[in-house]
Amino acid sequence: MMSITLDRESLHTQAPSTSIPSTEGIDVGPRRRLRSVRVEDRFNLIGAAASGLAMAVLLFGWIAPLSGAVGLGVVAYLSFLGVYALLVSLTADRQEVADRLMTVLLASAGIMLFSSLTFVVAFTLIRGREALPNVNFFVESMELAGPLDDLDTGGIAHAIIGTLIQTGIALAITIPLGVVTALFLNEIGGRFARFVRTIADAMTALPSIVAGLFVYAAIIVLITQQRSGFAAAMAITVMMLPIVIRASDVVLRLVAGNLREASYALGATRWRTVWHVVLPTARSGLVTAVILGTARGIGETSPVLLTSGVTSVVNVNPFEGPMISLPLQVFDFVRSPEPNMIARGFGSAAVLLLLVLTLFVLARVIGGRGAGELSPRQRRAASDASRRDALRISKAGGTPPADIATSPSTTTAPSLTEEAP
Amino acid sequence: MSTTLPALARAGKLADSELPPPRDLTSRPSRSDGVFRVVAVGAGVVTVGIMLAVGVFLSLRAVDAVQVAGLSFLFEQEWSPETQVFGIAAVLFGTVTIALIAMVVAVPLALGTALLISEVAQGRLKSTLVTLVDLMAAVPSVVFGLWGVFFLQASVIPVATWISTYFGWIPFLKVGDESGLPLTDASAFTSSAFIAGIVVGLMVVPTQTSVMREAFSQTPAGEREAAFALGSTRWGMIRSVVLPFGRGGIIGGIMLGLGRALGETIAVYMIISPIFSINWQVLKTGSNSVSALIALRYGEASEFALSALMAAGLVLFLITLVVNFTASSIVARSRSGAESEA
Repeated sequence: MMSITLDRESLHTQAPSTSIPSTEGIDVGPRRRLRSVRVEDRFNLIGAAASGLAMAVLLFGWIAPLSGAVGLGVVAYLSFLGVYALLVSLTADRQEVADRLMTVLLASAGIMLFSSLTFVVAFTLIRGREALPNVNFFVESMELAGPLDDLDTGGIAHAIIGTLIQTGIALAITIPLGVVTALFLNEIGGRFARFVRTIADAMTALPSIVAGLFVYAAIIVLITQQRSGFAAAMAITVMMLPIVIRASDVVLRLVAGNLREASYALGATRWRTVWHVVLPTARSGLVTAVILGTARGIGETSPVLLTSGVTSVVNVNPFEGPMISLPLQVFDFVRSPEPNMIARGFGSAAVLLLLVLTLFVLARVIGGRGAGELSPRQRRAASDASRRDALRISKAGGTPPADIATSPSTTTAPSLTEEAP
Repeated sequence: MSTTLPALARAGKLADSELPPPRDLTSRPSRSDGVFRVVAVGAGVVTVGIMLAVGVFLSLRAVDAVQVAGLSFLFEQEWSPETQVFGIAAVLFGTVTIALIAMVVAVPLALGTALLISEVAQGRLKSTLVTLVDLMAAVPSVVFGLWGVFFLQASVIPVATWISTYFGWIPFLKVGDESGLPLTDASAFTSSAFIAGIVVGLMVVPTQTSVMREAFSQTPAGEREAAFALGSTRWGMIRSVVLPFGRGGIIGGIMLGLGRALGETIAVYMIISPIFSINWQVLKTGSNSVSALIALRYGEASEFALSALMAAGLVLFLITLVVNFTASSIVARSRSGAESEA
């Protein structure tokens, strides 16, 4: 910074004034459009697409004995690429042809990915529509419903309850343990903290089925002798804990260091700083971390497969007897060859999917802002609070309050958050 | 105020009596601080305890089986612990095959989509796509399994048949019986490693995409603009600036996805029909994976068989561990990963 300003100053001393050439008499041409699609480009795309399709249809229907929808698509796409390259090369050089072709390829990778993932989700929801409109599907269990019964008897209430209980237990362990561990990594640190971080990173690699096998061998075989909701919750905890630690760790690291230093400079202890500065600043990020961990935990099938046991009755006691959850119920339903059971399986999968999507949207709404960024309402509240504090301090100090007190109703009172650019 | 009091004192300008007593620079932590420290360290200890318990318990229990099987544990294809003949050669081969097929499907899609999001898409479209990718990473694997079983299995058979007919001269794309005659009926193709690999590939694309996009988006604007200023097209800029800069992110993302693909259970378990022999023909029905083996056999397992399963699980864990740590160290050492939090 310093050297730049010095240079400018020395320039100024050598050439005291900058002369701007007069613009009089010079026509201002039409503004150039920097980013737009030319008509030619658009016709190139449309023409290539049309000719690609036509070529594929010709090949498949007339010339060569090819068949199959996938083959048609592939041939049409390849000939589209070829024709497009030809069309572009009529007016452009090799570099530009490569650029256009790669743009088309990138776009097709994206379209392919998003359409297939959307298709996976939509496929489940659409196949689930047979079971979903029945109210009994949400309020009854499968206790009195057999595989051959119609969809208007039986439901997945037991699986929904099981999912809620198991996830609840897992969260009750994961949230405090995960967040406090993340605080330990960030606020206290040291060699042991680095060791903990390495171990937590290693555990994110633990395959979920191995976590289930561990709980099965360590808790079920050795101690409880029976599968239970609690064992399943333990397996989910082992899976979720590293995810929550890692995500919270990242969020806490984003808390600006100068906020911490300001707090220490004001004489706050470490705990006060954590409680009044670090945690409130990172709140939305922490909530997002927990919700995303929950979304992952709810959908885990394989650890639950080994630990929770399969049942068709409502069981609200996590320590006694098998307790099924939604993903396992999906898996169990679709193993049956009966169409009604498969429809129920898709219905359960749709419920599970909607649950995960809801959690995700919730996480987005809460965590859309970064650490320390406030909504307009929060900002007003913060500036009100700091104005009150200023008033209080000045009263206690005996000096008359400055301009802050004279305009108590304005929302432009000075505060840290508003002065930040 | 550039000279401090001690400096003045040393210079003899201040009498010793005027000097305030030296302040104690070490402070005793307050009680709340002490409690916080104990609780935080305690949480760290508990976390490490849980994690180490998993590792130690698995290793201890696995020792029984490995001692009986010896080196043949790595080379035996059969899995029957009851007769003391068991090994992970076949299941490990299946796991790696499925994961490699998944990579063939996933890497081009992930790389293309990551470049599309970071370089081509603008504004609203860009943020929407980023959200969608994150959302896709949260879709439960059982949903992918359902799609694989009820949609993909049927619709991919013509493709698999076509590949095996026209590319059968490549050994691993051939589908034949023991005598080498080509098989063409649909049942020979339904539950292959190929189909499982496609489904697992789709599952890991979002993970890979977000790691790669993160790396690409950190490319310094100055270097991009320099490429443009030298007359480069967008693809030229990507090739000469973005891709070299994000190389660490690409490799790291691929390996993170590979780690997930190796450990995937439920979708694989739903699709494949388990066999216990090495099947080089990836398009042919019949494959296996370590995780599917555990899901398949844990229920009827005796004490010893359980220990054998644990040994298999431990091997899988060690492999994913190595893959993940390699990935994170590559990401951390690369230029793009030096400041990233991933």
